[in-house]
Amino acid sequence: MTLEVIRIGPLATIQDKGRFGFRAFGVSPAGPMDMGAFLLANALIGNEAGAAMVEFAGMGGEFLAQNALRCAVTGGDVRVEVDGRLVEPCTGFRVEPGGRVKIGALKDAQWGYLAVSGGIATPPVLGSRSTHLRFGLGGVDGRALREGDILPVGPQSDGPLLAYSREKPKEGEVTIRVIPGPQEDYFSDEVRAAFFSTPFTVSPRFDRMAMMLEGPLLPAEGGHDIISDATVPGSIQVPGSGKPLVLMAEGQTTGGYPKIATIIGADLPRLRQLRPGQSFRFEAVSVEEAEEAWRLSVKADRERLSKLKPAGPWMPGSERLLSLNLISGVWGG
Amino acid sequence: MTGDAKILPCGEQALTVELSRSIDEAVNRRVIALARDLEASPPEGLVELVPTYRSLLVRYDPLLTNGAAMTAELQARLAQTGKGESAKGGRLWHLPVLYGGEIGLDLDDLAKDKGLSREELIRIYTEAEYRVYMIGFAPGFAYLGGLPEILHTPRLKQPRADIPAGAIGIGGAQANVNSVIAPSGWRYIGWTPVRIFDEAREEPFLLRSGDLVRFHPVDEAEARERASREAAGETTVEPEALS
Repeated sequence: MTLEVIRIGPLATIQDKGRFGFRAFGVSPAGPMDMGAFLLANALIGNEAGAAMVEFAGMGGEFLAQNALRCAVTGGDVRVEVDGRLVEPCTGFRVEPGGRVKIGALKDAQWGYLAVSGGIATPPVLGSRSTHLRFGLGGVDGRALREGDILPVGPQSDGPLLAYSREKPKEGEVTIRVIPGPQEDYFSDEVRAAFFSTPFTVSPRFDRMAMMLEGPLLPAEGGHDIISDATVPGSIQVPGSGKPLVLMAEGQTTGGYPKIATIIGADLPRLRQLRPGQSFRFEAVSVEEAEEAWRLSVKADRERLSKLKPAGPWMPGSERLLSLNLISGVWGG
Repeated sequence: MTGDAKILPCGEQALTVELSRSIDEAVNRRVIALARDLEASPPEGLVELVPTYRSLLVRYDPLLTNGAAMTAELQARLAQTGKGESAKGGRLWHLPVLYGGEIGLDLDDLAKDKGLSREELIRIYTEAEYRVYMIGFAPGFAYLGGLPEILHTPRLKQPRADIPAGAIGIGGAQANVNSVIAPSGWRYIGWTPVRIFDEAREEPFLLRSGDLVRFHPVDEAEARERASREAAGETTVEPEALS
């Protein structure tokens, strides 16, 4: 059982939840840029929560299913076609043997996901299938997907086709909450004030390792070199250019730049899903407020997955599709 | 000895215990002592530890604990372990090195720059004992302290491409063993056939922060023989446990 990559955008990779426990050995976990969208894609087709899937950056691609599969596309609003028929994102659908799935460009997000039933079954490395592009680990030879790649798919079993009605990202000014530090004292009061009062824009320079921000320059009066210490996803490093870099899923585990603040866990997926040119403001919160925000976001993610509805009513407008026993697939599992 | 330690938030899921803002062997010993203490009896909600030169990152699950509780716990642990370090849990590795050759391409130039013979440089490098201060940059890449001062050498302005795994390097006041093929501005004097990182091995990473390392010269025949055993999945060195 395979899924063939016919066309693919840049920076598309295989991801599972990530490769945890190796930060002390210099290896960041990789894993999905938007964990919520990743978990949703698996839930929509009844996969195990951590089954590996295709992550794509902005542009989707075209895929050929060798055998019958259940699939779901999540991350944002996007045009999805299955053998010429439109399907909704965030809705499980079925592909026939030899069927083609075409995914367009994400309209309101940066990172999208294509999950297939059984999961992508590339060999695990250090216990995970996640691609770590910087270190060349996992996925397909540790690299981004290319046209012609043939991806192994795991064993199939019956499962549901579910749907989720996604809320559009809110219009208007975006606020991203941070906890100042651990090296905010390297920056003057004026620079710290500018960090919070002036909007930042997502620069086109981003990848799975880091996102560069455009905005007020942040010179560090304490200097831009520190004795390297450890980082976390969401660390905001400020190198000598004064332009902040936010560390992402493949961020380096240690770094020699002062870190003015850390993005809170509840807001990190939202920041990662902003597209180049989008602007936002930082807002400082306390550790206690961030902990509460995290609890709420974990709860909201769980509730979202527990309230998925069967996909449909199915309106394929074709006798042939109806004959494929789609309805039992909806209710199975 | 906890007065000079700072416990700083890194978001709501990690704290940095900062023992100093400079490099110092005694500070690094305290970092390792604290990490070993936490590993031996992990507090509720502890997820992961990342020791560095002069600080310890403590990642925790805010659904199981919180920043205030973890900070209090870390302060108590610092008070217990702050007096200094025991070598308990430490390991000493003896790594074979083929000096010079294609990979140790800077050996002769470095010896000349320092007014040493090739043999003298190898002897000085070999007699020193190195300490893994931190692992970062690449999978298993160990930053080693303890390089004798005469061998301190600035990095190249223009890094070289494709320095192989196992290359033995000097960068400023530090030494290293390259863990994967990577570009590097360090100067290289030799090569160890021992695999510092092997993703297929049961223990993929050879070195840990706080480990001690000594190097000894081997000839090309021995280096090649060990390399083929390592390639077959064998680890040809065993650490000495320190107590």
